[in-house]
Amino acid sequence: MIEREEVRHVARLARLALSDAEVDRMAIELAGVLEHIATIEQLDLEGVPPTSHVVSVENALRPDVPRPSLPRERALESGPQVLDDGFAVPSPQA
Amino acid sequence: MSSLIALSAAQAVAAVRSGELDAAELFEAYRARAGADELNAYVWVAERAPATAGGPLAGVPLAVKDLFCTEGVPSQSGSRILEGYRPPYDATVVARLAAAGAPLLGKTNQDEFAMGSSTENSGFGPVRNPWDRTRVPGGSSGGSAAAVAARSAPWALGTDTGGSIRQPAALCGIVGLKPTYGAVSRYGMIAFASSLDQAGPLTRDVTDAALLFGQMVGPRDPCDSTSLEYPGAIERPTREDLAGLRLGVPAELTGEGIEPGVLEAFEATLELARTLGASVEPCALPHARHALAAYYLIAPAEASSNLARFDGVRYGYRASGAEDLLTMYTRTRHDGFGAEVKRRIMLGTYALSSGYYDAYYGRAQRVRTKIAEDFATAFERFDLIVTPTAPSVAFPLGSKTADPVAMYLNDFCTVPMSLAGIPAISIPCALATAPEGGPPLPVGFQLAGPPFSENLLLGAAFALERALGFDGSRAAEGGS
Repeated sequence: MIEREEVRHVARLARLALSDAEVDRMAIELAGVLEHIATIEQLDLEGVPPTSHVVSVENALRPDVPRPSLPRERALESGPQVLDDGFAVPSPQA
Repeated sequence: MSSLIALSAAQAVAAVRSGELDAAELFEAYRARAGADELNAYVWVAERAPATAGGPLAGVPLAVKDLFCTEGVPSQSGSRILEGYRPPYDATVVARLAAAGAPLLGKTNQDEFAMGSSTENSGFGPVRNPWDRTRVPGGSSGGSAAAVAARSAPWALGTDTGGSIRQPAALCGIVGLKPTYGAVSRYGMIAFASSLDQAGPLTRDVTDAALLFGQMVGPRDPCDSTSLEYPGAIERPTREDLAGLRLGVPAELTGEGIEPGVLEAFEATLELARTLGASVEPCALPHARHALAAYYLIAPAEASSNLARFDGVRYGYRASGAEDLLTMYTRTRHDGFGAEVKRRIMLGTYALSSGYYDAYYGRAQRVRTKIAEDFATAFERFDLIVTPTAPSVAFPLGSKTADPVAMYLNDFCTVPMSLAGIPAISIPCALATAPEGGPPLPVGFQLAGPPFSENLLLGAAFALERALGFDGSRAAEGGS
């Protein structure tokens, strides 16, 4: 079981508003999934390295050559609110 | 059904190139069919054919899963948070296929951010299975699979993270290939779980899969540091038998939890493989039964990070009326994401959070290493590993939506290959009836091979396909 307070904490980390009813439902659903996932706790994984990448890629570099980037107006064209050549957002401290 | 629509993509390519068929006429025939789609397979259909086509794919149009960025065309990844988003650039693979002569026919419906196994998690409504409209097409590439099965597309692009090409291909009676991780550029794919996501073809037959996939690979994409140059070319499959091929059947993925009808079809296909000259022996993948648990930690963890970008600032939906920035973020994400996406963001954030990282994410990545080792060991004795693609035939709409774990179990035969990064193909092998009754529905047969063994996979699948003689045309006539 996951405590409601823990659900609220994780939701804050995830920048996700949840209503009280959603918190209740999430606590039950996450507990169900975590119960299924708990099977991997039985495994002996001593000394097993974690997978960081499934195929071996070493130093995936490309030449450091300047090239044109997305024009400003194209980058801004999907913005919900645009102001003075930038994305406008509510004040962080309102 | 018009004779144009009855042609496979490879046949259509040949007909255009020999001058018997006009590519514009073919595009229009599919455009009309896609526009009249009653399965909710499409979320957008092109208004006109492009002026020029040509190239190796000769102008045969392509349906593309919504999550691929297409310049100036809605690309919403099945999510209301991206409603109406028109990207300023094309995904590399979409651009590559367009240049090869496969113009964009339409964008196909999918589970939101590819999270699901039934396409019921789409923000734009569920897709229906053309074999039985009361049932799901599988997911998350359910729109692409339904469109190809219903002949409203000659072929389609999908993506597979834990089975999202193979499982809907199985449930819709078509062919689906999940390539080796890195074989196809991910640039311009709206990301779900970056260490697993891979684009691949959904097609009517194995020849079409080889033809489309052959144009998806090539040199490494400088825009995707995880992409790889494909070693060699993809050949048109011609293999007539399976002589000398050693097939391994893992007990862990071919027993408990699989519907009797599916198992029967699988075993009959193994018998057929034997008559084609293959040896069929049990093999062991001892950690495969832990794959689903590892997957449902790794994929949500990566998703929780990838989906942090949806914050209402640069594109997509923004909640109105928030007085401060944090409230704008949290309300935008509350209103914009659907229930399954929120569940996975929460699960992933939890698994990565302080105090739980080692127990969950770290452990899951170690299990992943063991699973990859299991496959590597098995491929010392076997050329290919075979399983049913999905544990069930297409299930009724709404039957699994209330229980996330029941839905996740759809992926248990496909997730191990995803975690190991190896290629796998699903081909239709038979029709079977669900335990609760209903019409006969397609069953998928999965073949998996070592990294970059796509030519071997396609060849073996081609030989089996010929011997099986599966007829998928009934789905195009409206199913039952």
